[in-house]
Amino acid sequence: MIEVTNLTKRYGRQTAVDGISFRVEKGEIMGFLGPNGAGKTTTMRILTCYLPPTDGTARVAGYDVFRTPIEVKKRVGYIPETPPLYPDMTIQEFLDFCSKIKGVPSRDRKAKIDDAIEKCRVGDVRDKLIAKLSKGYRQRVGLAQAILNNPDVLILDEPTAGLDPKQIIETRELIKSLGGDHTIILSTHILPEVSMTCGRVVIINKGRRLQGAGALRLEVRGEPAPVVQALQAVPGVLHVKPHPAHDGLLTLDVEAEAGKDVRADLAAAIVTRGFGLLGLQQVGMSLEDIFLHLTTTDHAEEPSAVPASTEVTE
Amino acid sequence: MTALRNIAAIFEKEWRHYFGSPIAWVALFVWTMLFGIFFYFAFDYFLEASMRASQQGMEMGGGMKLSLNEYLIRPIFHNMAVVALFLAPMLTMRLFAEEKRQGTIELLATAPLTDWQIVLGKFLAAAGLYALMILAGLLNLVLVFLYATTPPEWKPIVTGALAIFLLGCCFLALGTFVSTLTRNQIVAGILSFCLFLGIWTLGWADNPMAGPVAKVVAYLGVTTHMEDMVKGVLNLKDVVFYLSFITAGLFLAHQSVESQRWRA
Repeated sequence: MIEVTNLTKRYGRQTAVDGISFRVEKGEIMGFLGPNGAGKTTTMRILTCYLPPTDGTARVAGYDVFRTPIEVKKRVGYIPETPPLYPDMTIQEFLDFCSKIKGVPSRDRKAKIDDAIEKCRVGDVRDKLIAKLSKGYRQRVGLAQAILNNPDVLILDEPTAGLDPKQIIETRELIKSLGGDHTIILSTHILPEVSMTCGRVVIINKGRRLQGAGALRLEVRGEPAPVVQALQAVPGVLHVKPHPAHDGLLTLDVEAEAGKDVRADLAAAIVTRGFGLLGLQQVGMSLEDIFLHLTTTDHAEEPSAVPASTEVTE
Repeated sequence: MTALRNIAAIFEKEWRHYFGSPIAWVALFVWTMLFGIFFYFAFDYFLEASMRASQQGMEMGGGMKLSLNEYLIRPIFHNMAVVALFLAPMLTMRLFAEEKRQGTIELLATAPLTDWQIVLGKFLAAAGLYALMILAGLLNLVLVFLYATTPPEWKPIVTGALAIFLLGCCFLALGTFVSTLTRNQIVAGILSFCLFLGIWTLGWADNPMAGPVAKVVAYLGVTTHMEDMVKGVLNLKDVVFYLSFITAGLFLAHQSVESQRWRA
């Protein structure tokens, strides 16, 4: 449904998004996780045709965001971080206006508005001025606006920011209930949110997707220095970290480039040099580990240094 | 068809803002009140002048009649053009600035609308309100038609109203452009007013002794093209001038809206 290839956005010299690629299939809820300033909002703005990309392509439902923006906009519902609302309109008036600019045919208008109002539970305040609404209600009106024309894709920028705990839970439930019919991308910097609502997560930091180095753990019989040397010579290996040896048994963590299976080559490198290979296993990191790593270390600047598998399936 | 519907949706939204806030009411009030005051004084002056003319006429035998168009209606149109200069920034300053400040420009930009539809919808809303103001002011002149023994000619009134409408639309188009440049309404308002005033003064370069450069400068001054129309002469070149001026203003506004996406 959404296909992003090598997307790059530069503001002058500053690079906000640096060669991000990912795919989202129909009906999926994808979490877009990263600390503040990671480039989440910029990526979403490109997907909604608000900003043009500097490089790379993004396609929504088969339409390119740059070449056919109108077709993309017809199929995307979007809420920016602060929902764009006109304070001097009532909810009813606002949704009425939105349905007009979204091209909802006039005979369906009433039904669609009622439907969105019901789904987002704002019926009790539909004739209230938006200026008088609380933050939680505003967020829901924003969501009602986004689902008004029943778009294929929903893009939600931090939909739970600034809400109280009860509202956060309600919003998450709402988003979950919308999955399936809609393909959803939601951004957040709150970790539990991803595990609670999203089927899949893409982690970005400083404009780059944390491309996973698949982490491997090897148990080898041999001297540390030559073993490390041998392993580092294997193409595709980024980093080898030996743990202190005991009883001549050496444990090493190896990080490899994304999408490259280096296990056979590693085994060959060890065996042909006459060391004993006792164990080789893939170690996945939990979402939590990745995120903590990402937000607490300086290594996060270099995505390759993060021992993480990228698409963590919960 | 969708384009028209989209423009209509933006137009309607802007009118809702105009009439939901004091803007439209204040503009209508100020315009009609000033129209009424100018009408009153011009009428007073007309009565005095025609009294004097008839006295002179009696001395010389055979009174002469003053033209209502020339002595009453024409000065009012000239005065109202100045009022338009002051009110136009009020109508346009928030068009884009407010959307940018509220972040709602993101809603419009991500809806299936083109930039042209947004710009045109907003401009037409301002122009529509301005047209309503002119019509409300013209109600004063109905009195003249009802009570004058020889009613004024209606053609110069129509062309005169058209002249101040087109003149105002030039300001509105340019003001729409200025509003796209900032997120602060006040800045947009002040900038627009200074710009309008500058363009207005270009017309002062016009005099019979003017050289070619001064003539060109005066040609760009929006007021010089009003003169004939207020007198009741509709020249194609004046209308074309105003329409190109408006188009240029809207074109700038469109380019500005579009380019901000690349820079933002």
